[in-house]
Amino acid sequence: METAKVNPERFESIGYILRSNIRQYAMLIALIVIMIFFQITTNGILLVPMNVTNLILQNSYVLILAIGMTLCILTGGNIDLSVGSVAAFIAAIIGTLIINQKMSVISAIIIGLLIGALIGVWQGFWIAYVRIPAFIVTLAGMLLFRGLTNTILKGLTLSPFPKSFQSISSGYIPDFFPFFDKFNLTPIVVSIILSIILIFVQIRKRRAKIKSGMELTPDFLFITQLLLTVFAINLFAYWLAAHKGIPIILVILGVLISGYHFFTTKTVPGRYIYAVGGNEKAAKLSGIDTNKVLFFVYLNMAVLSAVAGIAFSARTNSAFPAMGNGFELDAIAACFIGGASATGGIGTVIGAIIGALVMGVLNNGMSIMGIGIDWQMTIKGFVLLMAVAFDVFSKNKAK
Amino acid sequence: MQAILEMRNITKSFGGVKALDNVNFKVLSGEIHALVGENGAGKSTLMNVLSGVHPHGTYSGEIFYQGRNCTFRNIRDSEKMGIVIIHQELALIPYLSIGENIFIGNERAKSGVINWEKTHQDATKFLNKVGLKENPNVLIKDIGVGKQQLVEIAKALAKDVKLLILDEPTAALNEDDSNNLLNLLLELKKTGITSILISHKLHEVTKVADSITILRDGATIETIEVKGGEISEDRIIKGMVGRELVDRFPKRTPKIGRVYFEVKNWNVYDPQIEGRKVIKDVNIKVHKGEIVGISGLMGAGRTEFAMSVFGKAYGRQISGQIFKDGHLLTINNVQQAINNGLAYVTEDRKTAGLILIEDIKHNVSLSSLKKISKRGIINDDEESKAAINYRKKLNIKSSSIYHKIQNLSGGNQQKVVLAKWIFAAPDILILDEPTRGIDVGAKYEIYTIINQLADEGKAIIFISSELPEILGICDRIYVMNEGRIVGELAKEEASQESIMKCIMQSNRGRY
Ligand SMILES: Nc1ncnc2c1ncn2[C@@H]1O[C@H](COP(=O)(O)OP(=O)(O)OP(=O)(O)O)[C@@H](O)[C@H]1O
Ligand SMILES: [Mg+2]
Repeated sequence: METAKVNPERFESIGYILRSNIRQYAMLIALIVIMIFFQITTNGILLVPMNVTNLILQNSYVLILAIGMTLCILTGGNIDLSVGSVAAFIAAIIGTLIINQKMSVISAIIIGLLIGALIGVWQGFWIAYVRIPAFIVTLAGMLLFRGLTNTILKGLTLSPFPKSFQSISSGYIPDFFPFFDKFNLTPIVVSIILSIILIFVQIRKRRAKIKSGMELTPDFLFITQLLLTVFAINLFAYWLAAHKGIPIILVILGVLISGYHFFTTKTVPGRYIYAVGGNEKAAKLSGIDTNKVLFFVYLNMAVLSAVAGIAFSARTNSAFPAMGNGFELDAIAACFIGGASATGGIGTVIGAIIGALVMGVLNNGMSIMGIGIDWQMTIKGFVLLMAVAFDVFSKNKAK
Repeated sequence: MQAILEMRNITKSFGGVKALDNVNFKVLSGEIHALVGENGAGKSTLMNVLSGVHPHGTYSGEIFYQGRNCTFRNIRDSEKMGIVIIHQELALIPYLSIGENIFIGNERAKSGVINWEKTHQDATKFLNKVGLKENPNVLIKDIGVGKQQLVEIAKALAKDVKLLILDEPTAALNEDDSNNLLNLLLELKKTGITSILISHKLHEVTKVADSITILRDGATIETIEVKGGEISEDRIIKGMVGRELVDRFPKRTPKIGRVYFEVKNWNVYDPQIEGRKVIKDVNIKVHKGEIVGISGLMGAGRTEFAMSVFGKAYGRQISGQIFKDGHLLTINNVQQAINNGLAYVTEDRKTAGLILIEDIKHNVSLSSLKKISKRGIINDDEESKAAINYRKKLNIKSSSIYHKIQNLSGGNQQKVVLAKWIFAAPDILILDEPTRGIDVGAKYEIYTIINQLADEGKAIIFISSELPEILGICDRIYVMNEGRIVGELAKEEASQESIMKCIMQSNRGRY
């Protein structure tokens, strides 16, 4: 028995780490399979550079919302139903300010984000401090802000926005290396720099871990992972380069995703969110201000809803009463496909992003194939159910 | 007598780790068979295999029950054959009545419509059998754990139990309730019911068991036939830990310093029931380097007192002062309590102590994240190091620091709770039943750690319902009864009798 105890940190934990991440690997593989499937059925249109860019532009709002929704779900399976209405409401306000009041784009955006934060304070207060279930508060918010959107817009569509506002969702980073006519070199340069930094950082991290005796993944796995990641980044950069370059919204998304990934995995408040969802009572007795955590999470969600509203109105070049209908469902589905647990405490930002991309590729691929919207919904519903069922099965098996 | 149950060569692994390795286990018809062993020895796992929690096919080996080879796919299968397991954690539904709980999944109903009259009648019948005088309409949440345990047994009887399995049934019970329960087992034995009893309280085992099987590291060590003769606890311990355990309590020469922690005029009201005072004018003080016990019966208000001191985590309209090293502290929430150097190790590890879906690493660091982070960013290396360190120090049986808490044995979960608060490096450590569900060997280790902490100059408050334990390690003992301190005993004058006397006197004084 003693021998088996020599250094258990090194052996068994590889299995544990792989198993606990199986869901994310599985979804990533599923995403790739789905992409290959549509690549074939659409005769290669899916991964044409223009369509890749399109995929990002189309789904930017879901990606943004999925990040915030992950945090909500983490705190205990709570969902925010108001995100679509809040996005519409903010878009309506910004639209009114810019188009009717001729306010500058920057000031309007700042005001929009501030109002988003105010909405978050409002909903967060009821949820965290009065302890009305999030489901109910945000259901009320869904109706409330939809109503206010209609009031502001008087039932009409506001359009068009000035070019500078539209460029948030349709503009590109200018080419710093304009050597080729139809090929934007900037993404390639950026991706090469990113790859070098990535390789450097990963190797240094690994060395440090080996030194402290806490390295877990074997060499070949580490190298394969690293090479695949570098390959993916560069392939993606090529696609961007072959179409107009790096979309501005992609930069915004990149900052948000990496920021929130870091926040949830590496910081103290991020850990608090997981703790509250895992066992609120234990979290409280460990000195965590659980009310504050809940409050922050819903405040954050409302601000991200505002960002999504801005991105979406910039893309559609309008603000209209029915805008954002069903956004909440897309975001929630993305989180669950990405491995979040409906009872809280389990889930990741990256998972939700993968989940959102799965939905996005399905939408896009089916549209190209000419499948009607009715069937698209049916299939998406089915995929959601299967993804979660897979989760349940794999968990039962592990037992 | 013939065997009612024989488990042969049972092997069960969890992802490469063998929890049971060729275990053989034989129970005779009509006996009380004790199953003992250290934390993580595999007792609960063996019983889960037997009752179908781990279904046939997920383990290897054979189960013969009443002479038949059984392949249970789930609990229902085993219950149909009269095998009922009462788990380490009670499985009653708090907001349903006693009667509803007794017949849950087994309703007195006709074509799906519940017959309440019969439910009530039958429930009363079974409650009588277990000697519980309660109205079946009372909600579970309104009765104490001792009574809940009896309801569990009534529930088993309602299922026509032949082999009753009890996994640490007395872990959360006081002496009286425990005795009550053990006597009930003896009664049931007379009616022909066979029981398997898992317990870390060896005096109970020696009291009721006809035979004792000892597990160690997932293997059967021996089965001892008691056969009317007496068997000593030391004999069992030797089998469990594989060596002689000379003392139950480590030796220590206390180095007691100045008064370090003081609670004065402490009053607390019930958070639910208006106007009900739970804690009444409590005054206690603890010196540096001192281990102070709070003894009392279950329901004396010890947990309520401790939690109200720990950042008002319990109660309403709390009044009184807390002093540390002569300074008045302002503590209004748990965060402030921790910042002022307090720590409270809960008695209820599953609901209030641990995040079950997370691993050892994240649980150990939970209340000390500030310490291992810089500008809000957690230092992963330091976090791992802490977990590795405590896993080794407390001998937490697990595959690695990434082992999920829900997959640890009960006693090892308790060690994680302790690790978490020791890592928080408090000055004042309040321990509420810290050795609940912990085996004798590990208890010794934990006492040693507590002694160490005291010798480092910390002030320690030790709450326990086990009198021998309180007497064994405390330097001074407060006796609490019905929310009041009713006695204070120095180590020399403390004994089971003197403690009970304090409680009796205070009861008499009131009537
Ligand atoms: N679902 C699971 N996944 C992984 N390991 C498990 C699982 N369940 C139990 N184990 C491991 O199996 C071993 C035996 O656990 P078990 O619960 O049977 O111990 P026990 O003898 O009941 O201990 P205690 O007295 O502490 O309750 C432990 O090392 C535990 O970590
Ligand atoms: Mg157990």
